[in-house]
Amino acid sequence: MRKINNINNNQEILTTADGVPLKASLNRALRRERNISLLLVTPLFVFVLIAFLFPIADMLFLSVDNKIVVEKLPRTVPLLADWDETGTVLPDEQIYKALVQDINAGTVDKTILRLGRRLNFEQGGMSSLFRRSVRKLKRLKEPESYKAATIRIHRKWGDLATWRLIKRLSGKFTPTYFYSAVDGGVDKAGHFVRNPENQRIYLKLFVRTILLSLLITLFTIILGYPISYLLATLPTKLSNLLMILVLLPFWTSLLVRTTSWITLLQREGVINDLLVWIGVVDNAHRLTMIHNQIGTIVAMTHILLPFMVLPLFSVMKTIPPNYMRAARSMGATQFRAFLRIYLPNTVPGIGAGCILVFILSIGYYITPSLVGGTSGTFISNLIAYHVQGSLNWGLGAALGTMLLMFVLALYVLYDKVVGLDNIKLG
Amino acid sequence: MAKLPPYTTPAGYTWHYAYLVICGLIFMFLIFPLMVIMPLSFNASPYFTFTPEMLSLDPTGYSLRWYQDFFTNPNWQGAVKNSFIIAIFSTLISTFLGTLAALGLSRPNFPFRTTIMGILISPMIVPLIISAAGMYFFYSRINLQGTFTGVILAHAILATPFVLIAVTATLVGFDRNLTRSAASLGAAPMRVFFRIIVPLITPGVISGALFAFVTSFDEVVVILFVGSYRQRTIPWQMFSGIREQISPTILAVASILTVISICFLTCIELLRRRNEKHRGIRTT
Amino acid sequence: MYKIIKQTLLAMIVVSFTAGIALAKTKLVIVSWGGAYTTSQQKAYHDPYMKLNPNIQIINDDSAAAGPAKLRAMSKAGNVTWDLLDAVASDSIALCDEGLVEEVDHDAILAPAPDGTPASADFGDLIVSPCFVPTIVYATTFGYRKDAFATPPTTIADVFDLKKFPGGRTLEKKPIGNFEWALIADGVDPDKVYEVLATPEGVDRAFKKLDTIKDSVIWWSTGSEPVKNLVAGQVVIGSAYNGRLFNAIAAEKQPLAMMWDWQYFDLDGWVIPKGSPHLKEIKKYLRFAADTQRLADQAKYISYGPARKSSAPLVGKHAELGVDMKPHMPTNPINAKHRLVKNYEFWADHEVEYTEKFLAWVVK
Repeated sequence: MRKINNINNNQEILTTADGVPLKASLNRALRRERNISLLLVTPLFVFVLIAFLFPIADMLFLSVDNKIVVEKLPRTVPLLADWDETGTVLPDEQIYKALVQDINAGTVDKTILRLGRRLNFEQGGMSSLFRRSVRKLKRLKEPESYKAATIRIHRKWGDLATWRLIKRLSGKFTPTYFYSAVDGGVDKAGHFVRNPENQRIYLKLFVRTILLSLLITLFTIILGYPISYLLATLPTKLSNLLMILVLLPFWTSLLVRTTSWITLLQREGVINDLLVWIGVVDNAHRLTMIHNQIGTIVAMTHILLPFMVLPLFSVMKTIPPNYMRAARSMGATQFRAFLRIYLPNTVPGIGAGCILVFILSIGYYITPSLVGGTSGTFISNLIAYHVQGSLNWGLGAALGTMLLMFVLALYVLYDKVVGLDNIKLG
Repeated sequence: MAKLPPYTTPAGYTWHYAYLVICGLIFMFLIFPLMVIMPLSFNASPYFTFTPEMLSLDPTGYSLRWYQDFFTNPNWQGAVKNSFIIAIFSTLISTFLGTLAALGLSRPNFPFRTTIMGILISPMIVPLIISAAGMYFFYSRINLQGTFTGVILAHAILATPFVLIAVTATLVGFDRNLTRSAASLGAAPMRVFFRIIVPLITPGVISGALFAFVTSFDEVVVILFVGSYRQRTIPWQMFSGIREQISPTILAVASILTVISICFLTCIELLRRRNEKHRGIRTT
Repeated sequence: MYKIIKQTLLAMIVVSFTAGIALAKTKLVIVSWGGAYTTSQQKAYHDPYMKLNPNIQIINDDSAAAGPAKLRAMSKAGNVTWDLLDAVASDSIALCDEGLVEEVDHDAILAPAPDGTPASADFGDLIVSPCFVPTIVYATTFGYRKDAFATPPTTIADVFDLKKFPGGRTLEKKPIGNFEWALIADGVDPDKVYEVLATPEGVDRAFKKLDTIKDSVIWWSTGSEPVKNLVAGQVVIGSAYNGRLFNAIAAEKQPLAMMWDWQYFDLDGWVIPKGSPHLKEIKKYLRFAADTQRLADQAKYISYGPARKSSAPLVGKHAELGVDMKPHMPTNPINAKHRLVKNYEFWADHEVEYTEKFLAWVVK
């Protein structure tokens, strides 16, 4: 700044000691600051991107991925493009010949049967159709009519439904996993139709997951509100002590808490023993409180209660006790003062707690699978089943995508209500 | 709440005490399940309930056999060892990366701060089953499924948001003028960092690390997918134990874990107080 | 001080030396079900084999429950680390279909029976897939509480009879088995069960029969649950794996008994993952571990029937309990008077479809 020597000059340029204009220097400094900031964040960002977000995206992609049909039937699929799947005429000889060639090519590395399994997810019987055809088709040597010979090998090759299925699934991508995930399929014309009532399962489970989560959220409010209020209004020393009772379950392993509830709730468990001992319940008619919805609701309410108490407590802590006193002094009853003054002030805490508990609860897997039995399982349990059990990865991924979308929407809501920046621990 | 105001009506008194009783019951609900397993873990017979001998305080009704089983059974001992190995390494990784990122994000004028923050804490947001399935496929592909490296990386990912949030919290409202004035007084950037920033964030880093440790130590969904028997951790073993041959050893383990979490809780509480004192905030 | 350093160095050398030996061993990763089952394999197969072949080290991986899924994921990544996988027959067929496991020439790889009968004839029709080396026959059968009834249940119809046999039931949360039992209990000719089941009316009929007990059923999904619930008295009759029931009855002396009527036969055995790092060694292992004596030996440790015909006469007493195992084998003629053999082809086609229907029915 010492270089303001040209006083006559109207355009004074502030420069630093080495003659660089101050503005440029400042910009450079800011840029350097920012680069350092970016540099600090980059390692974690890259880590999360590669080892977390990419795998998830990759997995979710399975829900539409369908290249197996084109891959295994490279000759048949292009020819099928000209075949009218809405008509009543079977594909022509050429297509049957292509099919035989494709299947025989796929028999070499035995991968053709994968296609049978894939198609079997859509239509029962496809798996054995391929398995039975493979051996016999290999022995087929230049028949007069490929069509007749193939149909002789298995009558399903003469079934329009088989061909419709193949044609419908000949694209590289498919919406069928999502159809299945909402309990639907396609009709002959390829339009989406819902499954008959007695075969609907996934949407029902979604609804149940949501309802049970809402119920659990409601219970956490009912139980969390009174104790948060107590904690917020007691003198610090005492409330810190009582806070431990909330934080201890929070810090205790999920499995420990689940185990505890199994111990308490099972038929030969502590609660039933107690009830029998008191005489409320007859020994032969012990209550079934586990492996059903009761088990899930009780255990999860317990597990998630701290997530309700903590945000409620932090909001209640900020409400000056004078508000209530003022209301009372002006003649409001205790109840009225609470309803009109205190409750509205705690709404942000209730909102934050509810969304948090709801989001956590909807993705639960371990507790429902251990104490939920059949009626208390969640959608996560079914996702796990399709990933590890049935090997229908596409359907598992489709269900996962739906769950994730739902949770993300809730997070946007949480961000609007509370702000992600305000997430605090403990 | 400590003292009822003088204008309280008799109905008010009744309500007040009823309210206290309700709160007491809710606290019981919170804590009773954790406490009930402790005496049960000393059960001499292989049941999950109080035997008549236990209720009559007959010493023969009690035994340490489940603890003995825990400390001698190679399945459990392997699980303990693995739990610590996995938790320690994933804590180191997540604490390091999370702290760096928190320092970067807390600097002024960070571009797209909210978006990046959202991405970085996404492992906390995404339902575990989805993370688990995604990582399961991915780690299988790159040869990390069923390896310690795979499990450690997976746990590190899950734990970073906690470190990030804990460290960021210590930097909220941090007066940048402190570093500026230090710099203007001639302190080199490194010196500024170690003399001003480090003391400030230390409690956050430690509590973040504790959170990270507990996250890994408790985690069971992801390890069920990404891990295999060789990486079995305590929760893994507990989960398969509850589903398979359920034995009261699980109660013994649960009791030990509860005691450990009491220790953790104490650490965190002490840290929190220290942090508040350090920053001149006093709890009222 | 010097001494300490010297000792430390010495110890380090010894440690690295033994580690070196351990490294030099060929490690075979064998994936099985864990628990008592892996223990029985360890004692009957692995331990004797390692004793004969000191350069081989067998590592147990207990993730067979997720075996097919993990193998498929590994194989998709072109990165198979398993050498041998224990799989139930239906999974072995599926894995074979998908080309994830090796086809085996049974007579070339496996030892013939002591009398010279080739392996393929000794296993007979239990070789349900060209990739499959069967080891055990297990049954899903019924267990009941002895203290619950004056006259014990004897037929499958009794399971569905809540009037004569009141109390909770437990069944597996799967259509497989339950459908067949429901139809037989409803009077369908056991030989025609699968024909009936292939029609929508047959499925409805099965559901209708199951409806009669649905409210009393606790559905299980892991092998330990039914026995746990029987022992706890939560249910009085339930389907369970015969090995688990045997363990509860013979080892734990629980007041349970078995009802073998229309026990459901299924198989379990080995498949070799394609891309196994030690194909040659694992075939050598199979020649030993799936021979007549070894299969018979396994029955000493767990109550499952050996898959070879030639093993049956060699089954002896339980290694620890001293109980003669023959009467507890599902393959024992008295127990196997009425038996259902799982129709793998049928279920390969219909499992997906029927499971969905079944689950929808369960949650309804």
